[in-house]
Amino acid sequence: MSTTSRIAGWGRLFSPGREVQTDDLAHAPPVLFRGLGRSYGDSSLPPASNPVVVNTTRANRIVRFDEKTGVLRAEAGLSLHDINRTFLPRGWFVPVTPGTQFVTLGGMVAADVHGKNHHVDGCFGAHVDRLKMRMANGENLECGPNEQRELFLATVGGMGLTGQIHEVEFPMRRIPTPWVHQVSQRVPDIDSFISGLKDAAREWPMTMGWIDCLSEGANMGRGILIKGRWAHSHEAPARFPSEPLRLRVPIEMPELLLNPLTIKAFNFGYYWKHLRQKQERLVDPWAFFYPLDFLRDWNLLYGPRGFTQYQCVLPTSAGPDAARKFLEVLTKRGGASFLCVIKDCGPESPAFLSFPMPGTSIALDIAVRGDTQQLVDTLNEHVIAAGGRIYLAKDSFTRPEHFRAMEPRLDRFLEVRHKWDPNLTFRSAQSVRLFGDPS
Amino acid sequence: MRRVAILGATRGMGRSLARRFIERGDWVAVLGRDAEELARSAADLKARGVPGVRVTTAVCDLETPESFRDVLEATEQALDGLDTIVITAGLFATQERLEADPALLQKMLTVDFSNTVLFCEEARKKLLMRGGGTLCVFSSVAGDRGRTPQVMYGAAKAGLSAYLEGLDHRFRSQGLITVCVKPGFVRTGMTEGLKAPPFAGDPDQVAASVVRAIDQGLPVIYVPGVWKAVMTAIKAMPRFVMRRVKF
Repeated sequence: MSTTSRIAGWGRLFSPGREVQTDDLAHAPPVLFRGLGRSYGDSSLPPASNPVVVNTTRANRIVRFDEKTGVLRAEAGLSLHDINRTFLPRGWFVPVTPGTQFVTLGGMVAADVHGKNHHVDGCFGAHVDRLKMRMANGENLECGPNEQRELFLATVGGMGLTGQIHEVEFPMRRIPTPWVHQVSQRVPDIDSFISGLKDAAREWPMTMGWIDCLSEGANMGRGILIKGRWAHSHEAPARFPSEPLRLRVPIEMPELLLNPLTIKAFNFGYYWKHLRQKQERLVDPWAFFYPLDFLRDWNLLYGPRGFTQYQCVLPTSAGPDAARKFLEVLTKRGGASFLCVIKDCGPESPAFLSFPMPGTSIALDIAVRGDTQQLVDTLNEHVIAAGGRIYLAKDSFTRPEHFRAMEPRLDRFLEVRHKWDPNLTFRSAQSVRLFGDPS
Repeated sequence: MRRVAILGATRGMGRSLARRFIERGDWVAVLGRDAEELARSAADLKARGVPGVRVTTAVCDLETPESFRDVLEATEQALDGLDTIVITAGLFATQERLEADPALLQKMLTVDFSNTVLFCEEARKKLLMRGGGTLCVFSSVAGDRGRTPQVMYGAAKAGLSAYLEGLDHRFRSQGLITVCVKPGFVRTGMTEGLKAPPFAGDPDQVAASVVRAIDQGLPVIYVPGVWKAVMTAIKAMPRFVMRRVKF
């Protein structure tokens, strides 16, 4: 093994480790699986004592697709990009998509990803019919909502820690056209944002918002609210939208690039680019679902020290002020975030570690600096007080005691995991950090 | 519409290539060693193909040259014709292992040179009998020059490239088009931290270029394209420099 190899999540906080490539998941070594490495923190990183993960992206074959029912079964390394390329032209789309298409099916299950339609359709795991897995004892088995249900509920959102996910089966959805009818509007502050999202959720199947988290005072939490639905055939062009050309960040950028001034300028520009208060138009699905995918390797923008994403959900029970207070904590600490995304979540999934719960989810990118740990601690304390929780797929800084305080379901998860993997064969740097696994 | 047989279509560049063909409506025969793998790849291709495409499979191992003729015959029947034959299969091993293990060395030389040539000969006869067609074979940039890290593998690929060039000169006028593909470093997964050269390619991108080369009947193609410049530079280097630089 090369001693110099290093590995990181999307946030580019590197640690020693490497990926082994395999075409054949059935004979992969018994270690954590990793897909396209889009989780931001240490979810897909190996424990220090055995610094190896299996990269699943070569296991990317479709096992079967039923043109009548839309049920797709595929190997876990199949990417959403590939699914979209293959099925969008045929009028099918995944029931739930995250904000990037550079993820694998296995990763979508392991993180139980959610999207703009969470308030209506829940997480991706809610649509999965079956998983083929290999367990720590070498057994191959199938699980699903009605089969080995406990294992299934621990695996969905379980960050790959219950066993290796080999195949995923779920129904694709028919879409009327590949175009999205989008309405976007400027929103002046956080309170109107929360109520705007709530109102939009009643009529629109897909909603989300971008907030400028640098504005303070009366402008705090201003931003752009985006609502959408698939366009009907009578309102959309007959042609298939062309997938836009992508730009690539060629090299790691200097740390100075994203400073409070440039971030402020970006957010100001983003807000005022939206000249009319309300805009209504047809957009292609890539622009609507995957705006950040236009810039490949955008994580290089954060420079050599990398970045972390902080995503939490503040429950409805915490009251309408919780989001405002969260932003106050953030702006007081000067936690400049380039991008800040807000979304109202629907009901909680029965999966033990699934992230969303009814309330408001806020996600921000934070360049890693000397005080990042303190910033995350402060935000976490606020989230705990509100009764919310954080998203494991984004996290690298949360303390174990904080996570435990957020996650009353953790013991249930650990119990099921223990039953299937008593020796903790499948560990990640994250499970070592948060669950106290041996490193 | 092409009727394509691909030896090595279950993985890597062969898999990407098969998908590329099937997605535009060509018919594909998947050739490889393992029947179960062939079935899985065929199912993948069928799910990706436009309705009505035909996908067939045949077990074929580059280690058993006596089967080549029958495999091609069966493939031709299953596809109701055959006009394009692609070989992506081959055996790679590091110089270290080849030096240490003569049996492995013999196997590599046999598979990558002798048996590949034998397969090409059967393919050539089949295509010429049908009035012509395209034979596309994956050689390697490693065959362009004798180099320290790939002495034997490079030699086998050099032999293969020379054979393919000769074949092209001899039979192009009769309708047999030979395409020699020379892949450089092709990344087959995201490998954080591992030192890949700056112009590493990925299999889907390679497949797009190769399909284009097949359609245009190019005799030689480097993938990714930048390797053409790289190899031109390497070929121009004096021997005393090559001896020093160790690549």
